[in-house]
Amino acid sequence: MSIKIEHVSYSYGQGTAYEKKALDDISLEIPQGQFVGIIGHTGSGKSTLIQHLNGLMRASSGKIYFHGEDIYREGYDMRALRSKVGLVFQYPEHQLFEVDVFSDVCFGPRNLGLPPEEVEARAREALDQVGLGEPYYKKSPFELSGGQKRRAAIAGILAMHPEVLILDEPTAGLDPRGRDEILDQVAALQKERGMTVLLVSHSMEDVARYVERIVVMDDGRIRFDGTPKKVFAHYRELEEIGLGAPQTVYVLRGLAEKGFPVNTEATTVEEARDAILEALGRRNVC
Amino acid sequence: MLKDITLGQYYPRDSVIHRLDPRTKLVGTLVFLLSLFLFRSFACCLVATLFLGAVIRASKVPFGFMVRGLRSIMVLLAITMFFNLLLTPGIPVLRIWKLTVTREGILQALFMAIRLIYLIIGSTVMTLTTTPNHLTDGMEKGLAPLNRLHVPVHEVSMMMSIALRFIPILMEETDKIMKAQMARGADFESGGLIKKAKNLVPLLVPLFVSAFRRANDLALAMEARGYRGGQGRTKMKPLIYQKRDYGAYLILAGYLVCICAAGILSPL
Repeated sequence: MSIKIEHVSYSYGQGTAYEKKALDDISLEIPQGQFVGIIGHTGSGKSTLIQHLNGLMRASSGKIYFHGEDIYREGYDMRALRSKVGLVFQYPEHQLFEVDVFSDVCFGPRNLGLPPEEVEARAREALDQVGLGEPYYKKSPFELSGGQKRRAAIAGILAMHPEVLILDEPTAGLDPRGRDEILDQVAALQKERGMTVLLVSHSMEDVARYVERIVVMDDGRIRFDGTPKKVFAHYRELEEIGLGAPQTVYVLRGLAEKGFPVNTEATTVEEARDAILEALGRRNVC
Repeated sequence: MLKDITLGQYYPRDSVIHRLDPRTKLVGTLVFLLSLFLFRSFACCLVATLFLGAVIRASKVPFGFMVRGLRSIMVLLAITMFFNLLLTPGIPVLRIWKLTVTREGILQALFMAIRLIYLIIGSTVMTLTTTPNHLTDGMEKGLAPLNRLHVPVHEVSMMMSIALRFIPILMEETDKIMKAQMARGADFESGGLIKKAKNLVPLLVPLFVSAFRRANDLALAMEARGYRGGQGRTKMKPLIYQKRDYGAYLILAGYLVCICAAGILSPL
């Protein structure tokens, strides 16, 4: 198993008038190679949680293990941890700073102390993986469009060859096509490299198509944890915490309630189509 | 590290001090700070302590918050005390090697320390009980007579309130950028001075870009809502002195009389 979180709690602004509990007794295990979606609305603690995973934030109580090693152990190499657990923040503007895209992507691997040839090779490879070709290498990162900036930011992390890739709202502010492209590329990377991927989002639709497991957070706690099918079965509770399920779940449930013998487990559009066709076929036979 | 700055951090509470007109608080703070430099005796010190203690009590802000701001002046305090202690001429009390400590020096150092501490606590009380917006409102109204001398009072106070408003935003932004770069292996702590300065580039570039972008957005938003400076601008909540403000001024005058009397009656 790659990441294990045990009873982690965290409060913002401890000892001030604005103290707020952001994480409340979180326990979670994420095996190597899993594609996990972390979902919750704004302020549910999902961003706080992921910043604990690479040691940027320190839990008020609880323990975190990476490959079985306690990351709060005295003398644990946090910088090595950060290169293995790559975290891409929501706003690419927060990390792009170099004169051109290529040197910006080189920043991460160079910090690992790699030789220059290796750094450049990794930058090329990473930019290729996110679909930014040669013509973009010498462009200023501030000239790029929103989607391209985000790709450049993701490449900046990929070039460090992380074992775990965490993406915080990678699709916020993107049009549907840009969103699908980025998520498709991430899904492909996850398959090719066997990388563990954590996708943080507030959109069920985004996540449902890609991930094999969904962790739903609300008010600093984990409310649901399981396969998309299992989690979406609780769509009424999900609505209560302001999330809801993908449209397909509602369509199928609605059909079932009206007495249409359809399998309501489907989550993606394709699965829903097949389920409806199957149900129609069955009816035709009757 | 960034969290230690209390100056300019409002502490929400419902108290008489919070409800006072910002002008009253500004004048009060100013008078208190000036009075600190008038006194030269223990009697004065006692009066100031009682006054400050009463105000802190009335403000309902935990005492710990007042003291937090002192951490930043610890070094300054130590240096001032050190020099006052050793360099004031007078009756020698203690002699270590070539250094002489005098009776006057001890008193001087003590008063200086008390003054500095009260200075910080006094102004912290004001910023803890007044929102930045209120503060600049009070300044604008209080300095309004300067308008006749063609001092752009409104513009200056608007700039001040915007600057104050942006401090927490930019601090949060700095924190986020630092984290984003640390996630890419950036190191802001180790290395010599030149290396440290160089390491700040990945932090400063995005910070400046973001500050300019925010400034631009804000300017556009203000223009879109028809902002064109102070001329003919009215307020939704104009500042009007209440009974409690007159009461506060009376107490302030009382304090001033007491401290002057203490200064004259017991000149050390």
